[in-house]
Amino acid sequence: MNSLSRIIKSGWTNFTRNSVISIASVMVVTITLIVITSIILLQAVLFNSLNEIKNKVDVTIYFNVGAGEEKIMALKSAIEKIPEVESTDFISADEALVDFKERHANDYLVLQALDELDQNPLNAYLNVKAKEASQYEGIVKFLQSDNALARDSSTIIDKINYNQNKVIIDRLISIIDGAKKLGLIVTLLLVLISIIITFNTIRLTIFMAREEISIMRLVGASPKYVRGPFMMEGALYGIFSSLITVALFFPITLWFGNNMTSFLGLDLYKYYMHNFLQIAVIVLISGLILGVISSFFAVSKYLKK
Amino acid sequence: MIYFHNVCKVYPNNAVCLEDVNLTVSQGEFVSIVGHSGAGKTSLIKLILAEEKPTSGTVFFESTDIHALRSRDLTKLRQKIGTVFQDFKLLQNKTAYENIAFAMEAVGKSDKEIETDVPHVLDLVDLGDKFFHFPYQLSGGEKQRLAIARAIINQPEILIADEPTGNLDPINTYEIVQILKRINDMGTTVILTTHNKGVIDSIGKRVVTMEKGKIARDDKDGKYAM
Repeated sequence: MNSLSRIIKSGWTNFTRNSVISIASVMVVTITLIVITSIILLQAVLFNSLNEIKNKVDVTIYFNVGAGEEKIMALKSAIEKIPEVESTDFISADEALVDFKERHANDYLVLQALDELDQNPLNAYLNVKAKEASQYEGIVKFLQSDNALARDSSTIIDKINYNQNKVIIDRLISIIDGAKKLGLIVTLLLVLISIIITFNTIRLTIFMAREEISIMRLVGASPKYVRGPFMMEGALYGIFSSLITVALFFPITLWFGNNMTSFLGLDLYKYYMHNFLQIAVIVLISGLILGVISSFFAVSKYLKK
Repeated sequence: MIYFHNVCKVYPNNAVCLEDVNLTVSQGEFVSIVGHSGAGKTSLIKLILAEEKPTSGTVFFESTDIHALRSRDLTKLRQKIGTVFQDFKLLQNKTAYENIAFAMEAVGKSDKEIETDVPHVLDLVDLGDKFFHFPYQLSGGEKQRLAIARAIINQPEILIADEPTGNLDPINTYEIVQILKRINDMGTTVILTTHNKGVIDSIGKRVVTMEKGKIARDDKDGKYAM
């Protein structure tokens, strides 16, 4: 315990006395953490956009005119039991008619033509939303199969609009997958570059202290005791960089929130505030890992003697 | 206490630095190792401190083969040896007080012991008014006295001084030699390397003369003879 408090004290003393080196290191670690935080926010924007697109896709099952509501409800509950289905929304023929009239309230000719008909010409339909865009094909195949759950469904189903939308849905699936993969590759690449830059900066600061390390060893300090204060310094680089980074993102996200929300489809400031604790913890842990691990490996090189 | 047995040291460019060195240093001795630059004095010291390994032969500290030690045991060995160098090797971003306190912390001394012993040893080397000076704020003589204070603070069994007066003027040289003699009088073994004739003649103790990596002479009550 005594040794730990000495290590912490010594690390803090070194951090404050080598102020120029400390400031330079904190700046480099801060840049890395800014990259990491930006990536977190970019991922949020990307996933939000993809989700919005995904939410616009669904499959509509149109039922024959006069199809019994009992049978339709049985099919609806059967569909809801499929694990891939997220939600269903049934629109009866009457509701479809009301909706149609509302949409064409200003189209006098259409409304007049509709009034001249004896019965409601519109079909009841069921909107089915899958959890993933790639699952629509499976759901449609299930409906078209002679599955026990969907038995007799072919007698009430007029058409399923999936086949008309198949090309668009397939393309969307490939765009979503591509965007996710590209996002992951770009993220990994940026994080890797930042880590390498940070590691080399910290290595350089410890290179300047190599003489000090060899003196410490010569006066009988154990490798652990020599390494400790440097790791503490690394931790301090991480802590200060994290504080600067999370503070910087308040005005940055506020600006994006005020000016770019409609373009991004997401209020970044609200997102940042709502997820502040998680983001702050990720940034702090990243900073600590970067500082401590970089220092650990950099000092090890000079501890061999 | 220290035994060199058929020690050879050859550097990768085939430069022979030490050749077939056999040397014994007993407990409580004051041994001066003299020789021209490149004679092998510093290599001899580096082998005792395990900063370098011999190409062949063995170096013992009491019954321990120094170069067979693992890192942890090497730390313990170094805690028994005090070292003083020509270039002082002080920790530049620590004050005089902290430089000595660090050596005590490294061997696990308590805060109370540090608070008692550091001022005492700084007074002993006449640096009682320079506690909070950094090395760059001290003169060459003061730096060397600080290095000696650090070397003796843990009461080492042996004190190794590698050209400790090389950067000092005659007055500071005299002071350092007197301090080393006092340390030896208190029972600590001292190994001193130098090429300063005045220093050797003033000590009047055992002198080992090295030439081209070999021991050329070993005089019990030696004078500088080169």
